[in-house]
Amino acid sequence: MTRTTPSSSGRALTRRSVLGGTAALGAAAATGALTGCGGSAGASGTTQLDYWLWDANQLPGYSQAIDLFMQRNPDIDVRITQMGFDDYWTKITASFVAGAGPDVFTDHLGRYPEFLKLDVIVPLDDFAEIAEIPDDQYQPGLQELWTGQDGKRYGLPKDYDTIAIMYDAKALEEAGLAPKDLEGLDWNPEDGGSFEEVLRRLAKDTSGTRGDEKGFDPTSIARYALGADAGIDYTGQSTWSPFAFSTGWTFTDEKTWGTRFNYDDPDFQASLDWYFGLVDKGLLPPFGMFGDSSPAQSQIQGGKAAIALAGSWMIGTYANLEGVDLGIAPLPAGPVGHPVSMFNGLGDSISAQSEHQQEAARLVAFLGSDDAQEIIGRRAVVFPASDAGTAAASEAYESKGLDVSPYTDRVKRGETGLYPLVENAAEIMAIMQPAFDDLWMRKIKASEFTAYNDKVNKLFE
Amino acid sequence: MSAASTAGSVDAGPRRPAGRRKKRDDTRLALLFILPAGIGLLVFLVWPLLTGLYFSLTEYSILTPPKWVGLENYTTMLSDPVFWKSLRVTVLYVAINIGVQTVLALLIAVLMQRLTQSTWLRSLVLTPYLVSNVVAAIVFLWLLDSQLGIVNLLLQAVGFDPVSFWASETWVIPTVALVNVWRHMGYTALLLFAGLQSIPEQLYEAARTEGAGEIQLFRRITLPLLRPILALVLIMTVIGSFQVFDTISVTTQGGPSDASKVLQMYIYENAFGQYNFGYASALSVALLVILMIITFAQYFLTRAGQSDLD
Repeated sequence: MTRTTPSSSGRALTRRSVLGGTAALGAAAATGALTGCGGSAGASGTTQLDYWLWDANQLPGYSQAIDLFMQRNPDIDVRITQMGFDDYWTKITASFVAGAGPDVFTDHLGRYPEFLKLDVIVPLDDFAEIAEIPDDQYQPGLQELWTGQDGKRYGLPKDYDTIAIMYDAKALEEAGLAPKDLEGLDWNPEDGGSFEEVLRRLAKDTSGTRGDEKGFDPTSIARYALGADAGIDYTGQSTWSPFAFSTGWTFTDEKTWGTRFNYDDPDFQASLDWYFGLVDKGLLPPFGMFGDSSPAQSQIQGGKAAIALAGSWMIGTYANLEGVDLGIAPLPAGPVGHPVSMFNGLGDSISAQSEHQQEAARLVAFLGSDDAQEIIGRRAVVFPASDAGTAAASEAYESKGLDVSPYTDRVKRGETGLYPLVENAAEIMAIMQPAFDDLWMRKIKASEFTAYNDKVNKLFE
Repeated sequence: MSAASTAGSVDAGPRRPAGRRKKRDDTRLALLFILPAGIGLLVFLVWPLLTGLYFSLTEYSILTPPKWVGLENYTTMLSDPVFWKSLRVTVLYVAINIGVQTVLALLIAVLMQRLTQSTWLRSLVLTPYLVSNVVAAIVFLWLLDSQLGIVNLLLQAVGFDPVSFWASETWVIPTVALVNVWRHMGYTALLLFAGLQSIPEQLYEAARTEGAGEIQLFRRITLPLLRPILALVLIMTVIGSFQVFDTISVTTQGGPSDASKVLQMYIYENAFGQYNFGYASALSVALLVILMIITFAQYFLTRAGQSDLD
């Protein structure tokens, strides 16, 4: 759901993290005032640019890339500001209101449609440096996510992410399974396919009985099969979305900028009933069992869950878990015949309030270039948006002993579903969150999502 | 407090020596002294209030100029189920928070007065109030965590099932309310304690010679004579309680399933999450009106302006 890691912010993966900052207003206003001097002239006649990002893990890579940019552009001085994901958006909002925001900032698909509507980011095609960058420099479909309804680009892709399965090889072994048992699995919303069989094998109740053995008590679980973060939202990025996608379902009527949601689709509802029904089977933690302090990776580390769906931005976090023999497996193939991962990516946007948009465009173009993307890729933190960058990242992961092909294969084979790029994202989240909470609490059935879907669709009328 | 002081000043007036030749006009000097506070009042209270009222009649995304829509925000609000739910949640929160807090604070205040003269002990009661709301919320977030929280470990040690204090629709509002009781009861107790100090000791002595016990003393003397202070404290704490935001923003952000989405949280979400500053202003005006009604009602019902001490 988000692109942060716990190391950058202790409460990074909370349910509201994309759309609702938790920072106190006063703090946000104060910090906004402290750092807000976007676009002021540097000391020695150079132009000063402010660049903001939230991921602390990416800070070293971007510092290195931007140093190279400043070497090549001695007339520009870039100041980098990094802050936790939750505060980031509160602060961006406050700084736009105060007219003192960054010149260039890392943007999110869940956010930029609102900025576009508010006219606080500029179309990038107006700048020669960026206009000459072809769409196909990036992984197919990525630039599309950053293109507005007017056909103009509002963000230049910087990286992408997909979903795969993380597991602790020791937990697998204990259940009598080998890593290859997690490959080539199939799934369907009716009986869960061979994927659910594996989940049953992995679960263990407090008396030591396996989920596929007689006498298994689904109400008293020692180890859940599938871990999950505390909040599951309307995008279900690393929770339910791969399952719903793999039935052929899509979020909206259009690939991007859809105006009609499909939460009323029977395939979607069946997928959700299956996913959250895992709670009743003792395979998925019940709502509230693990709070924000115990995200999926902690559940794996603590032996409370055997496997977890995780985004590629979490690879580094999982790889650093002490005592975990990390393995990465592909998602199970769904009714469409192959696995489907959500495809999402970050981009760099330029503030409409910047006084140095030409210089800002040079920075954005550079960050999207192969030179910068390879620097970022070699840090093995994310998959950069360009082919060259992704190749550099895969190599870097490999040298760390990690095979990340379950992530990259989805993009290579076109087995992806797009993050919902729509207007009114904050309103949609506010409408849908109670529905997802209720479903997870097992208070409602997914068929009741039809009424919520009507409310969401009303936003677009 | 103010009730006691007016009673004192009323009879002080006539005794003032009337022999001065001509009273000096202090108006200019007085205005000069009032000026700093007056500017503060205008800039930080009256002006925001007026702009807030204006914004509540507009559609306003803060980055584009406001657009006049008349009473549309208010009609939307009255038919908005989330608004009514958040109001119910807020009232439940206030009921638990104020109910428990007032009883405990009164108990602490009486104990402070009857049992100890130690300034050190008395000031110790205030310490939770010195902790910022956000810090208190984060500390309790961890203490009451469903996996790692020491409270749940203790509950399990004595044979109970762990409780999801923050993620259960039943528990979340009582939990938030009690966290804030913990933080505020010392301060409230201190205010009540000051009121207790103003009750003349000889009343207790007289009652004791008549053979009254501690409980009778409390019911027949302390409570009735404390009423004006208690009323003022209630008015202040109820207003503060209705404005609960930070604890919830830090812990649950309104979840699970909107079970802790109090009015202030809903206002924040509309304003800073969805950029509906117009609608958020209308919700804020609604909160203002509700608070005014409740405050006036409390004031008259408890006769907060009169004292029984005379």
